[in-house]
Amino acid sequence: MMPYDLSPLWLSLRVAVISTFFVFLVSLALARLMNRRDFFGKSFVEALILLPLVLPPTVIGFGLIVLFGVNGPLGILLEQWFGFRVVFTWIGAAIASFVVSLPLMYQSVLAAYEKVDPRWENVARTMGVSEWRIFRTITFPLAWSGILAGLILAFARGIGEFGATLMIAGYIPGVTETVPLAIYFAYEAGDMEKALFWVVIISSLGVAAITWVNYWRKKTAIRIGRE
Amino acid sequence: MLLVDFQKQLDHFSLEMQFELDREILALVGSSGSGKTTLLNCLAGIVHPDVGTISLNGQEFFSGGQKPLKIQKRKVGYLFQDYALFPHLSVEQNILYALSRGTDVSHITELTKILGITGLLGKYPHQISGGEKQRVALTRAMAVQPDILLLDEPFSALDDANRDRCQDELLRIHEKWQIPIIFVTHRIADAEKLADRILRIEKGQMTEQTVY
Repeated sequence: MMPYDLSPLWLSLRVAVISTFFVFLVSLALARLMNRRDFFGKSFVEALILLPLVLPPTVIGFGLIVLFGVNGPLGILLEQWFGFRVVFTWIGAAIASFVVSLPLMYQSVLAAYEKVDPRWENVARTMGVSEWRIFRTITFPLAWSGILAGLILAFARGIGEFGATLMIAGYIPGVTETVPLAIYFAYEAGDMEKALFWVVIISSLGVAAITWVNYWRKKTAIRIGRE
Repeated sequence: MLLVDFQKQLDHFSLEMQFELDREILALVGSSGSGKTTLLNCLAGIVHPDVGTISLNGQEFFSGGQKPLKIQKRKVGYLFQDYALFPHLSVEQNILYALSRGTDVSHITELTKILGITGLLGKYPHQISGGEKQRVALTRAMAVQPDILLLDEPFSALDDANRDRCQDELLRIHEKWQIPIIFVTHRIADAEKLADRILRIEKGQMTEQTVY
């Protein structure tokens, strides 16, 4: 028998998986746009994407409450259209994870795209192949190792998100209690054993993820080779 | 018939081209950075001229003021410098990349025999030599049965024996397919051996045209 209720672990995994899924889709599209197009205000847009990297988590949490709170513009829309609230729910935790992990994934994907030689795509174009098929069969597979590294980073960042999550989702045991929140409140309550238990769990996940990424990168580099 | 008459401003000079080409082999010679590759890129649709026209067999690729024809619609076979084979695909997958299932591949089977690459089909680009890469890239460019073939320094990475062999094969391909071929080279000997016409380009200007 496990000594503690494992619901914080399952909730953290659910939050991180869902936020990473959306981070993946948004980053692929955003990085593609920024990699291929020049437009007025591009630097400003890029600064906005990367902003969560340099902002204190409390600022991000505050911004999310303003946007998604019961009186916030997006909060009102979501409640009217889909009938759900973001504040004090696990969805709020997922949105906080999304915002903080997006810049990490975006940077990884952008770097991965930049490593794909544009000549490969141009060759495919001269052969009459559509842009979507070129992306699917050339760009994405050749950028995959960088994209995967970004995914793991985003997932790890998502699972470890604390500050903004606390502000928008609060601490409701069994509802919004993720592993980082469980650690903090166990420590606050003086339950060092419980805090240590969760520290070991989340650290093990982090080490496993990074080890696997490094192994995968080497393996993929050998398999693909270079001209 | 390829008709070229355009201008394009580059960093240090203006590329100004005006020539016609029937089903001949045209060699582009000139020093590095003189605009030869940009000319090929303009024909392929990778970059666009500022003003002028480019057409092939009556189809307008570019006409000032109109939307250029998409690269995908130009039916251009382009062999890039260093060949640009897809590193994650096998030789066979590289060659058949653009073809849909059920397409008649008899011309490709014939090409692989002519170019002697039948034994390489299961290998990956990093497992084959420079000369083999060149022949694979040429087969890939011809697989889509292009209306024009553009070759950017196709022989630069080859030793003498491979160069001679590849040049002979190119002549055979031209004889059989009868399409215009434009190739860039630094070696005047290559140009003289293969080309019906030689065009010298210096700082974007056509300085000399030799017709054989």
